[in-house]
Amino acid sequence: MDKIETHITISDLTMAYGDFVLMRELNFTINRGDIFIIMGGSGCGKSTLLRHMVGLKVPAKGKVFYGGISLWDAGSEERAQLMRRFGILYQSGALWSSMTLAENVALPLQQYTDLSDQEIAAQVSLKLALVGLSGFEEFYPSEISGGMRKRAGLARAMALDPEVLFFDEPSAGLDPVSAKRLDDLILQLRDSLGATVVVVTHELSSIFAIGNNSVFLDPETRTMIAAGDPNLLLRENNDPRIQNFLTRGQAEGTLI
Amino acid sequence: MNEAAIHLKRLPGEILAIHLAGKWQLGKDVPSSENVRAELIARPPVRGIVFNTDGLSFWDSSILTFLVDIMKHCVEEGIKIKSDGLPTGVRQLIDLATAVPKKEDAQKSVVDESVLSRVGSEAIQFVKSTGELISFVGVTSIAIARLIQGKARFLSSDLWLLIQETGIQAVPIVSLISFLVGLILAFVGILQLQMFGAQVYVADMVSIAMVREMGAIMTGIIMAGRTGAAYAAQMGTMQVNEEIDALETLAISPMEFLVLPRVMALTLMMPPLVLYADLMGVLGGAMVARLYGIRLTVYLNRAIGALNLYHLFIGLFMGFVFGVLVSMSGCLRGMQCGRSASEVGNAATSAVVTGIVAIIVATAVITVICNILGI
Repeated sequence: MDKIETHITISDLTMAYGDFVLMRELNFTINRGDIFIIMGGSGCGKSTLLRHMVGLKVPAKGKVFYGGISLWDAGSEERAQLMRRFGILYQSGALWSSMTLAENVALPLQQYTDLSDQEIAAQVSLKLALVGLSGFEEFYPSEISGGMRKRAGLARAMALDPEVLFFDEPSAGLDPVSAKRLDDLILQLRDSLGATVVVVTHELSSIFAIGNNSVFLDPETRTMIAAGDPNLLLRENNDPRIQNFLTRGQAEGTLI
Repeated sequence: MNEAAIHLKRLPGEILAIHLAGKWQLGKDVPSSENVRAELIARPPVRGIVFNTDGLSFWDSSILTFLVDIMKHCVEEGIKIKSDGLPTGVRQLIDLATAVPKKEDAQKSVVDESVLSRVGSEAIQFVKSTGELISFVGVTSIAIARLIQGKARFLSSDLWLLIQETGIQAVPIVSLISFLVGLILAFVGILQLQMFGAQVYVADMVSIAMVREMGAIMTGIIMAGRTGAAYAAQMGTMQVNEEIDALETLAISPMEFLVLPRVMALTLMMPPLVLYADLMGVLGGAMVARLYGIRLTVYLNRAIGALNLYHLFIGLFMGFVFGVLVSMSGCLRGMQCGRSASEVGNAATSAVVTGIVAIIVATAVITVICNILGI
C-alpha cells in the first residue's frame, strides 16, 4: 500500500428500527486495502451497521460513500453497479439451499458476465479451490459442515472479484484452528486481490491478528467511542470500556 | 434424617440462627421461606442472621432459591447476613446470582391496553398491511413488465422445476378431490331430482356446476393449501437463512428471481389443471348416474348438450385468476416473513388463509360480473 486512498466514508450515520435509535452520529473512513473491524459488545448494532453499508437497510439519517458516490442517494442502476462490487459473507453462509455449491458460486457469474459455461465452470473450480473446497462442486449446502458452508459462502462472495469484502462474524461457530485459517485466508485475499475488507467480529484474536483499522460501538452511549488501529487502541486509548473489551475484562478485573 | 427441615433459634444480641438439615431436593417437599420471613419481622427485630448446616446431607437449586429469597428480604430490612455457615458451593453460587443487579429497564413492560387503543392499533396495522399488499402488487407488475421486455433475471431451470412441482405433481390430489366433488354433487342432486322423475337432469347439473365454478374453486383451494403454503415456507426459510439478503446484495431482485417464476408456474398450470378437474368431476357424476340406471352415453350426451363455451371459458378464466392470487399471496407472505422458525409457520398459515379468502372474494366478483353481462 504505497499511497493511502479513502475508499468508504460513513458520515453522520444514524441507525434506527422505527422509533428506536440503535446508534447515532457515526463518522469514520475506511482506506483502500484496510482490514477494518467493526467491534463492540453483543447486540450493539454491529451487524446492523454492516447491513447499512451493503445496501440492505436504509439509514435513518446520514450517508455512506463509496469513493465519493453516496450509496443511498445513487439511482437504483448506479447502486446496483456499486453493489455488484461487493462480496459478502453472511453469518451462516446464506448459501442458496436449493442449489449445489457450484451453482451458488456460478450464479453471480451467470448474471453479470458473458462468460461461456466452460469458463464459468473453471472460475467456480478456482474459487472453490481457493477456499479449500475443490471436489465439493456438486454438494448441496445441507450436506456439508458449518465451517465448510462458511468457506463456500466466501467462495461465492469472491466470485466477481469484489473490491470490498464484508464478513459478518466470520469465526462464529468455528473451532479455533478453522477460525485461524479463515483469518489467514482473509489476509491473503486482501494482499493478493487488493480488496478492502470490513469485518464484524468480537473475536479478540482475530481483531489483533488481522485488523489495521476499526470502529468501536458502545451500546450505553449509543454511538462510537473510538476508531483506529486496534493495536494502537489497546496501547494508547485509556477509555476503560475499550480497555476492558480489548483485554477480556482484565483491565477492570471483574466479570462482565 | 432425610426430610429437609429448618430450625430457627434466637441467639443473644437478636441474632437469628437458621439450621438447615436433611436432603434439599427440587421437586421434593422443602420448607418454604415464609416462616423465616415471618420470624425476621417478628419482635424484637432481628439484627443479623447466621447459618448452620451441620445436618445438611444433600442440596441443589432448591436451597438456593430459598436462601436468595431470605437474603433479599434481609437486604431490604437492613439485616446483616453472615454466610460462612453455608457450604462453599452454595456461597459461591449465591454470590454469582447476586453479582449483577437486576436490570430494571430490561424487563419488557406489559401494558394493559384499553379496548380503544387495541382497536386503533389493529386499524393502523390493517392500513399498513393493505399498503404492503398494494406495493407488492406494484413491484410484481414491474417484474412482469421487465419479463415482457426480456430484462428479468431468473433461471429457466427454476421455472421448469416449479412447473413440474405445481402442475404435474398435483394431478393425483386434483383427480381425487374433483372426482369426489362431482360424485357428491351428483348424489345430492339425483336424490332431489328423483322426486320429480327428472334424474337424467343430473348430468346437466353436475357438468355445469363443475365446469363453470366447482372445478376452478376446488383446484384453487387445493393449490392454496399445497403450493401457496409451499411458496411461503420456501421463501420464509430463505429469509431466515439470509438467502434473500444474499440475492439483494448481488443486485439480483428477489421479485424477479424468486417471485416471478413462481407466479408464472402456477398461473400457467392452473387452467390445464382446472380443465382436468372438470373432466374428473363430470366422470364422478357419471358413476353415480350409472348407479341410478342412467346409461353413460345418455349422461355424456346430456352433459355435452348442457355445456357451452361460455361455461368452459368462465371456469378457465377463474382458474387463471386463482393461479395469480394464490401464488402472489404465497410469495407475499414469504417475503414478509420474519427471521425465526415460528415466523415461517405463520407465513405458511397466513398464505393459505389469504389465498382462500382471495379465491372466494374473486369468485363472488366474477359471478356478479357474469350475471350483469348475462353470461
